[in-house]
Amino acid sequence: MENTNNNYQDIKGWGVDADPNDNPNYPIKIYNGDDHQRLNWSRPPLQPATVEILESVEQARMPAVFGTKLPPSGLSGMLRRYAFKYDESEYGHWLNLLLADRINMVEGVLHDLSHFRIPNIFAERGMKADWKYNRKELVSKMIVAAAVTTAMVFWMRNKKQK
Amino acid sequence: MNYRGPFRVRAQQKAMPEIQHPEDVIVKVERACICGSDLHIYHGLVPDTRVGTTFGHEFIGEVVEKGADIHQLKIGDKILVPFNISCGRCAFCKQGLYSNCHESNPEATAAGGIFGYSHTCGGFDGGQAEYARVPYAEVSPMVIPPDIHPDDAVLLTDVFPTGYQAAEMGGIKKGDTVVVFGAGPIGIMASRCAWFFGAARVIIIDRIEYRLEFARNFSHCEAYNFESMEDPVLFIKKTTEYFGADVCIDAVGCEAAGSALQWITGRVLMMQAGSATALHWAINSVKKGGIVSIVGVYGPTDNLVPIGNVLNKGITIRADQCSVKRLLPKMIHHIREGYIEPRKIITHHIPLKEVADAYHIFSAKLDNCIKTVLIP
Repeated sequence: MENTNNNYQDIKGWGVDADPNDNPNYPIKIYNGDDHQRLNWSRPPLQPATVEILESVEQARMPAVFGTKLPPSGLSGMLRRYAFKYDESEYGHWLNLLLADRINMVEGVLHDLSHFRIPNIFAERGMKADWKYNRKELVSKMIVAAAVTTAMVFWMRNKKQK
Repeated sequence: MNYRGPFRVRAQQKAMPEIQHPEDVIVKVERACICGSDLHIYHGLVPDTRVGTTFGHEFIGEVVEKGADIHQLKIGDKILVPFNISCGRCAFCKQGLYSNCHESNPEATAAGGIFGYSHTCGGFDGGQAEYARVPYAEVSPMVIPPDIHPDDAVLLTDVFPTGYQAAEMGGIKKGDTVVVFGAGPIGIMASRCAWFFGAARVIIIDRIEYRLEFARNFSHCEAYNFESMEDPVLFIKKTTEYFGADVCIDAVGCEAAGSALQWITGRVLMMQAGSATALHWAINSVKKGGIVSIVGVYGPTDNLVPIGNVLNKGITIRADQCSVKRLLPKMIHHIREGYIEPRKIITHHIPLKEVADAYHIFSAKLDNCIKTVLIP
């Protein structure tokens, strides 16, 4: 457990940014007193809202720019709208959003199917890369999965016969 | 790139992005990295990540369309796009806290806008695409200097400055011992940058052997596998003459291995905002009065960390998303001076159409992957 780099001062760039005035008790910012002006800065032009944007209840006003992709929709959208009734400090906000994400995943599959697209879940999970770089583990997993499935089928058949 | 749910992404045609604000530009993407923090959304850990989202907050490209209030950038300019979306006018931007911009994220006040990082960070599509919308294009983005290699340029959008800021926030003094938890791209960069501040000893801790080996060579630091030690905290104490490290850096965030309790409560049951093992170790390994610098990403709820020890040891915690714009001139200077060659951490260039494989390779740490660049 010894220091293995005794010539550390020879490392390229060593000490170039050493700053004895970097005081860890002070945040890294250029304090200019503007904090006390609160929200009264000269605002950028405001982006028009063309879709539904959910806004944190902790915001005093809509920010000047925002993303407009994927407005809330469906069951997950209803849950997201509900989540945004809570402030960011509450579990009701984040846990509902996580639940909405999981519902949205199912909605995504249904959306694919309704557009005559069968999602290739194996490809989406990068199985081609697994086959190329992790074949041994992949094959092991497939064998285990096949064995478990076969065992289940036999068990259920036997149960039915009894 | 199109997110379909945890561990599922695919390449899919989407509508062309449009100018929606007079300070927007549309960029034809030339390179986009997969960041370690992209894995948190890929794994479904960041709330309000909607199916159909395009990830990607590290990208460079060519300006192909611009809004009415864009005067400095020209069509055809090759720009690098910092991951923060910053207005340059709010109280936070004016103080150099570009990652804390108050004019770019309606969905949460705790975070500024970030490209392709869920609706919790503003709902912007990211740059793992052929084209991307870039708001406030004259504030943070920068024309790539002709002597900067495109692979270095794309790493200037996040990983290099974030690693640098991790070291900077540590307030490292000449002669300090710095411990970095996590040998991913950010941890590797942080450990390399710690030397710029005069560290006398830099130690990196991880469990992936090939990454530790890479860190030894790239960062010239000591690298240890925590799976081969009984207790990483005790190891750090012993190796610092039972004093503790001067500075500890958490470059892991919410998916840390090493503690079954943290993993089960944070990752499996999601009863906390991810597994905070690295932060736990950092707090307990640093000396009394030491500094813990956090750049690892955590979720928005709570985490189990020994806050009592922070108080009793008088630890200073510094943390923030990197303010890329503030650091860009210095980062470019360091590349030009030959202090660092960021692009050496890139191990994979993968076509965008193979994005699902690219994510899986990075996530599962296959083929000795350190950093992946997607090429549209």
